[in-house]
Amino acid sequence: MPELPLRLEPRAEPSRLMPYLSPLLAVALMLAAGVLVFSALGKDPIEGFRLFFLNPVKDAYGVSELLLKATPLMLCATGLAIGFRANVWNIGAEGQFILGAVGATGVALYFEGSESSLLLPAMVVGGALAGAAWASIPAFLKTRFNANEILVSLMLVYVAQLLVSWLVFGPWKDPDGFNFPQTRMFDDAALLPILVEGTRLNQSLLIALAVLVAGYVFMYRSHTGFKMRVAGEAADAARYAGFSANRMIWIGLLCGGGAAGLAGMAEVAGPMGQLTDKVSLGYGFAAIIVAFVGRLNPLGILFASLLMALLFLGGEQVQQYMNLPSSISMVFQGMLLFFLLGADVFIHYRLVIGRRSA
Amino acid sequence: MDGNLITAMLFATVVAGTPLIITALGLLVNEKAGVLNLGSEGMMAIGAVVAFAVTHHSGSPWLGAGAGMLAGVAVSLLFGFLALTLQANQVASGLALAIFGVGLSAFIGKPYESIALKAVPPVRVPFISDIPVIGEALYNQQAMVYLSWALFWGVLWFMYRSRAGLVLRSVGESPASAHSIGFSVIGIRYLAVMFGGAMAGLGGAFVSVFYTPMWVEGLVAGRGWIALALVVFATWRPLRVMVGAYLFGGVMILQLFVQGSGLQIDFPAQFLSSLPYWATIIVLVVISRKLSSIRLNSPASLGKPYRPDA
Repeated sequence: MPELPLRLEPRAEPSRLMPYLSPLLAVALMLAAGVLVFSALGKDPIEGFRLFFLNPVKDAYGVSELLLKATPLMLCATGLAIGFRANVWNIGAEGQFILGAVGATGVALYFEGSESSLLLPAMVVGGALAGAAWASIPAFLKTRFNANEILVSLMLVYVAQLLVSWLVFGPWKDPDGFNFPQTRMFDDAALLPILVEGTRLNQSLLIALAVLVAGYVFMYRSHTGFKMRVAGEAADAARYAGFSANRMIWIGLLCGGGAAGLAGMAEVAGPMGQLTDKVSLGYGFAAIIVAFVGRLNPLGILFASLLMALLFLGGEQVQQYMNLPSSISMVFQGMLLFFLLGADVFIHYRLVIGRRSA
Repeated sequence: MDGNLITAMLFATVVAGTPLIITALGLLVNEKAGVLNLGSEGMMAIGAVVAFAVTHHSGSPWLGAGAGMLAGVAVSLLFGFLALTLQANQVASGLALAIFGVGLSAFIGKPYESIALKAVPPVRVPFISDIPVIGEALYNQQAMVYLSWALFWGVLWFMYRSRAGLVLRSVGESPASAHSIGFSVIGIRYLAVMFGGAMAGLGGAFVSVFYTPMWVEGLVAGRGWIALALVVFATWRPLRVMVGAYLFGGVMILQLFVQGSGLQIDFPAQFLSSLPYWATIIVLVVISRKLSSIRLNSPASLGKPYRPDA
């Protein structure tokens, strides 16, 4: 390849600043690309930009919707980050989310008519356990048989989708639902209380923030969290120190599955109020991007989940006002991750102008 | 079981296995050069939707297939730039491509949903298609099926009989040695990634233009991931990729025959639809148990970045 007058030169030490700057750089690149995308689609780029990135949060209700969307992303991404830090690649949060929704729905339907204040806590436990149980399959197969956890957790996403489809078309179908693939609407006792009157924002946000704090304490203040960080950054050192790799795989996957299960619970007991075959809009996959853009750090994940929630809402806006498919959200989300991975090169390299002096 | 049913099952198995063969052989060459591209689901999705759109507008499935290949190459270059030029983590870059590709395909494909293409007629091979039972199943097939067999022989020859294939394998086994005797490791890896992208694009095109032939969001349905698992299952050997792909093809069409056979089996359809995914998991478990066999057969530098001047 011909050599450009720009080249990358290795830094003597990894940059301390770039890990924090590169997500910002990635966001800036994504915004710039957004303008290009709207122009390429023959839309007014300024108007597209405004609709996509600003319109969703123009009033208090918009902000409440943003927080509502960010909640499942925060939950899933915090759980994933614990595993990713130790190089445990759980890609199946989408499936664990669905199982969490199924577990919580199971509890809600079993105790239908109950007005006990213990119903919601039971649904929380049911959702988290179901998500963790689904994640325990790749954990077991990885630790016992060395089966690749990426592929196993991913295959289980498809299985989870089929499972929920069977439930809502079959045994759990609402008998008065005109054959729609959905369960009965939950009773009030099975719905998360609304946080701010007049919005859909509910108490799951508080659960998510608590999980973020717990995730922070686990990662940075606990011995196990420390070991998992070592394993991710210096696998040989961790092995030499005798840290159990299997234990980390179990912890990483169970945390990821449990948190995703909670998110699934929050979705059915929150904005949906029932289980349908479209329970997840891809939150589990989007959370992978949230975890990376948030630098696997709970505070970063908080900001990244708000940003990714904005991309979801922006997609709905341009669908409504510009007649573009809402899947444009996924295009932007994917671009964001591309730009982040690209910008990360500057952690270890610096850009130098001028040809190599031979 | 009568002969007609066997013929029909064999025919459907071969068709269902074909996109897996095409995609997995591309990934095999890709991985033999030491590059792990987890983005195959995204590349297949892009290939499928672009092929569908071009076929719909031009009326030519072959133009569509070619466009699908080119689209696969184009998105594979995104991965190549990140993983090869910028030395980004290959796992993360591949995942990014998978997410991006599936999203982009849904976006591009929205206007094409609920359009059906004309079915591409099969090509009958004279004489041998008259062989009872198997003739009709194997030799009265889509031209793409024959192409997948040609691809198999091509990959086999390239990998083990050609000098270029030897160089490719050396880049995957020991990039430093290949570099020291004057080969461009990054350049060769780019070519391998592009070949993987072309084949995934073609595999996707087969699904949307020759197999179903229609487009809906999520049409590829995990075939890209299954193809990745197939390469591990095959311990990076082309013949085993073929066998594995047809095994999976068989599992995929099983449900159609249980449903169509009129047998009163009290299984929900969704359970049967989930079988290919369970089969993938089982296959991974069985093959990964023998750690030594994976270690012996996987390209030594698989997934590891290489920087020539470091």
